[in-house]
Amino acid sequence: MIAQSTAGVSARIALQLGALDLDVELDVQPGEVVAILGPNGAGKSTVLRALAGLVPIDRGRITIAAASGELVVDDPTAGVFMPPEQRPVGVVFQDYLLFAHLSALENVAFGLRARGVARADARRQAADWLERMGLTDHARHRPRQLSGGQAQRVALARALATEPRLLLLDEPLAALDAGTRADVRRDLRRHLESFDGMRILVTHDPVDAYALADRVAIMDAGRIVQVGTLNEVTAHPRSRYVANLVGVNLVSGVVHDGVLATESGAHVVIADARAGPTFAVVRPQAVSLQRESVATSSVRNIWPGTVVDIDRLGDRCRISLSGVLPLTAEITVAALDSLALRPGDEIFAAVKATDIEAYPA
Amino acid sequence: MPALVIALIAIAFFALPFVGLLWRAPWSTAWSVLSKDHVRKALLLSIKCSLAATVLALCFGVPLAWLLARVRFPGRSVVRALCTLSMVVPPVVGGVALFFSFGRRGLFGQYLDRWFDFRLPFTTAGVVVAQTFVAMPFLVLTVEAALRQLDRRFEDAARTLGGSRWYVFRRITLPTVTPALVAGSVLAWARALGEFGATITFAGNYPGRTQTMPLATYLALESDPDEALILSLVLIAVSFIVLVGLRDRWLGGAPRPVAG
Repeated sequence: MIAQSTAGVSARIALQLGALDLDVELDVQPGEVVAILGPNGAGKSTVLRALAGLVPIDRGRITIAAASGELVVDDPTAGVFMPPEQRPVGVVFQDYLLFAHLSALENVAFGLRARGVARADARRQAADWLERMGLTDHARHRPRQLSGGQAQRVALARALATEPRLLLLDEPLAALDAGTRADVRRDLRRHLESFDGMRILVTHDPVDAYALADRVAIMDAGRIVQVGTLNEVTAHPRSRYVANLVGVNLVSGVVHDGVLATESGAHVVIADARAGPTFAVVRPQAVSLQRESVATSSVRNIWPGTVVDIDRLGDRCRISLSGVLPLTAEITVAALDSLALRPGDEIFAAVKATDIEAYPA
Repeated sequence: MPALVIALIAIAFFALPFVGLLWRAPWSTAWSVLSKDHVRKALLLSIKCSLAATVLALCFGVPLAWLLARVRFPGRSVVRALCTLSMVVPPVVGGVALFFSFGRRGLFGQYLDRWFDFRLPFTTAGVVVAQTFVAMPFLVLTVEAALRQLDRRFEDAARTLGGSRWYVFRRITLPTVTPALVAGSVLAWARALGEFGATITFAGNYPGRTQTMPLATYLALESDPDEALILSLVLIAVSFIVLVGLRDRWLGGAPRPVAG
């Protein structure tokens, strides 16, 4: 089961679970933090469960670098499946899942006891972990006596106490209320930095990903659609999910002679001299709305649309349009008033070709 | 208000028989009845057999509850019905069934007799078997319900921490369903203590060997009603003390919430 390799974690995970059809490839370098970011139901938690061994994969292969070399933990073709208790993987679960009938100290000592460490030794090590997390005063408390942030640190200590090579965190901040999130996020970041193994974090909040991860993998409908630093990913979105996160319009299609044709039949003139499958980003601020279909030499794009929704944000408003090219436009309240827009109105959206950023799909 | 009145009537319905019993109780002869040899033997036998039946129900019932709650297999609902049938059929019918299967001439009993020289009917072991037969379903159903309600993610968490299936069962699953184990054991024990029909059918009525308290009570009713009254009161007192002692904490039903 041991082979030569350099990567930290290398995983291809393909499985069918109810309605979810999961097929992802993911590599994590030693010492790296990767965040899997995506909407609910994308399959993020299932990826973690597969890595932890809580759900076997149908196809693919998962390897984790260990001291002695590369450890194959799941490989259905070779008939290899290492059960969760044997994998060098620690998990911080959503809601933390602390054992209610055990004290904080016993929770942290659990993994060591399960691995056959003597009781006194396990309790001493657990006490050290709690001290490192600033929880010495809470060692004898039951989970229900702990605050959300304290419970999270106990869960982290419990997962780290067994010295895993790979630490998985499933929505580590989702269970907290908004008031404590920022503090706990900062603490978590500090504790994660002191752990030198590999870390994979699942979240639906880009703020968590930005604060905690070196790289993000964007996941949607069982597939990883984009990988990179958060800045790279948000600069050039490749999925509607990221475009919505960043708040831009994403258009995809094929470019021919400077015109991008979408699947829905819209034509978008771009200033870029590329060809082939292309993504284009249209910032809502670059979209202007007008009652008449008047094109000028600089505004090369005019599309008809129907006002679906009007959202006021201070002195600006976001107008959602449906039509052959669904768009969101951001205009001033003054412009909204002068246009006298109401939901259901027919309108024209105009965008300069030079305001559209195109990049290969 | 009408609901309250009806509830009070229900309480009265449960309380009045005991009031009647207490009213008629011949307190002056109580001690002399209790010091009778066959009464002491019956009491002792009842306690021993019902405890043995409870232990057996725990040993076999917990794995059975686990199987019914956790393992998907064809015909599971049929197996569940079969394993709880003895709770529903009249105990005498259970006793008859036991007699024709494990009796000396029974389908299986003849081999126990022939190969091991071991006989169940009309022995103390037979009493324990009859009591276990009718009492175990109470434990199985209670524990199975708790295992179903349990949040499996806690077991997952324990597995990722390095616990084998057995270790996780011992240190996470069992402690979490402890209230159900206690409640189920008490229900099974109470059922075993009160067991009459299956016992008298399968094990007979031999003082000191198979005559338990309910049997002694029933027989005393014909010969010495005062003795029957005293024995009834003893059974009631024992059951009531246990039920009150456990209170809602254990008999509330739901497994202890395991908070994150």
